[in-house]
Amino acid sequence: MSKANLTLDEVVAMLDRVADKIIASEPELSEADRNIGDGDHGLGMQRGLTAAKEKLAEGGFPSIDKAFMAVGTAMMSSMGGASGAIFGTLFRAGGKALKGQGVFDSAGLATFLQAAVQGVQDRGKAEVGDKTVVDAMVPAAEKAKGTSEGNLTEALAAAADAAEGGKEASKDMVAKFGRAKTLGDGAVGHPDAGALSFTIIMQAMRDYVNE
Amino acid sequence: MRKTPKIINDPNACAAELLDGLVEAYDGEAKKVGAGSIVMSDLPDGKVALLVGGGSGHEPIYHGLVGSNMADGAACGDIFAAPPPNIVLEATQAVDRGKGVLYLYGNYAGDVMNFDMGAELADDEDIRVETVLIWDDVASAPPERKEDRRGIAGLVLIVKIAGAAASTVDSLDELVRVTTKARDNTRSVGVAVAAGSIPATGEPTFDLAEGMMGVGMGIHGEKGVRVDPLCTADEMAPQLLDIVFGDDLEFGDGDEVILFINSLGATTQMELLILNRAIKPLLAAKGIKVYDTVIGDIVTCQEMAGLSVSLLKLDDELKKYWDMPCQSVGYSKM
Repeated sequence: MSKANLTLDEVVAMLDRVADKIIASEPELSEADRNIGDGDHGLGMQRGLTAAKEKLAEGGFPSIDKAFMAVGTAMMSSMGGASGAIFGTLFRAGGKALKGQGVFDSAGLATFLQAAVQGVQDRGKAEVGDKTVVDAMVPAAEKAKGTSEGNLTEALAAAADAAEGGKEASKDMVAKFGRAKTLGDGAVGHPDAGALSFTIIMQAMRDYVNE
Repeated sequence: MRKTPKIINDPNACAAELLDGLVEAYDGEAKKVGAGSIVMSDLPDGKVALLVGGGSGHEPIYHGLVGSNMADGAACGDIFAAPPPNIVLEATQAVDRGKGVLYLYGNYAGDVMNFDMGAELADDEDIRVETVLIWDDVASAPPERKEDRRGIAGLVLIVKIAGAAASTVDSLDELVRVTTKARDNTRSVGVAVAAGSIPATGEPTFDLAEGMMGVGMGIHGEKGVRVDPLCTADEMAPQLLDIVFGDDLEFGDGDEVILFINSLGATTQMELLILNRAIKPLLAAKGIKVYDTVIGDIVTCQEMAGLSVSLLKLDDELKKYWDMPCQSVGYSKM
């Protein structure tokens, strides 16, 4: 059954599903990071989303923006590292932009992703092509903008595909940030681990609304 | 390759448990603050504060450099991960004595983002914060892109001088000036011969073929300038010094330096001393006088094998701060 929009309780359930998916993907994320970074991205994401799950289980969110922001705050304060700063900012900045929205729909997805891109770029200074999470986020945000008047199920499917495409494109890029940048051409052929994490997040959101 | 057995408890609790053990090693002189900071117990009012920090797993840095005439506090992250902003803020609030706080840490993307967010939170609390980034690794980027360079073992010398200055100066601006000078006068280069491992997984932090050495490789295995077959200490010494002398800071006849030879973990004192034996005549041949020699494993990456050579060029002011005694778990000086 696909959904046109999500209630607060459904948003919390969706975010819990995202956390489960990332936690289960730890070996894949660690392997991706070991190829071009220092191999700790998967463990950090696992730690961050485990903390996020605890916050989601506590519940008591007055609105959907606060649910997204709680995930970001939990990740930021439990992970540390570049990943904690970036993914914490992603959920916090994106969530903040949803203030006042009673349901999460395709327009909300577009708002969330656009604000998340802005927040992550302000913090990390990365542009498209620098082999970071931004390379998966920007195509997803652009796709969501184009589908913001349609059905949430279709919008999430399109955004997840765009993120996947951006993640694949990051394989051919030379890293400009983080430890991967010191590999130069040595990182070419491997996707950015952050772009992979973001793609898994979008796919988990898509799969939740498709159930 | 056989994994190194670790004498630990829960592999995911290493950072928290080592911090508890470190605090115990200070016997009351330092205390744990908040979720992951260590701070000196008695900081006088009106003191300009020095806060260091970074990921854990590189002991004794950075948190082991908390001490008298050293850092006032350290914000500690998980293993190899920068401390989150809330921990940076807790440490900042704990060391601030009304004169502001200098953040001094290695130039890594995660550390910069998290300390910057911590500084923004501190600003909300009306605490003034300035930042000096450590980027002494000459092999990590050319001199015209210093802001892309990593911070490695030279940090020990810079924190020593900044700590002495922080006990002496009466303004944050003055501490920034002295610390920046110490930073700009420090150059390091490393060599890796075997990887350390991530405690939680046992996986090596990088791949390096047996019998090879990564010249200029970073402390987490970041790419260096070249990978060559491992050579002898006598052959290695001139290679490392050539990289330092090829940089933009002049080291010449009559200059006085602090020489620091650091082990990355598994490399023994024996090896460091044999390299020191080879380094000293090369410095003397250039007319460089070694004012003080520091030998030890202070900037490590678990059981990573390799070493680094750091030179800090002194002037009268830096020498004054170097001469002050200091005490910490990681580095002490009479």
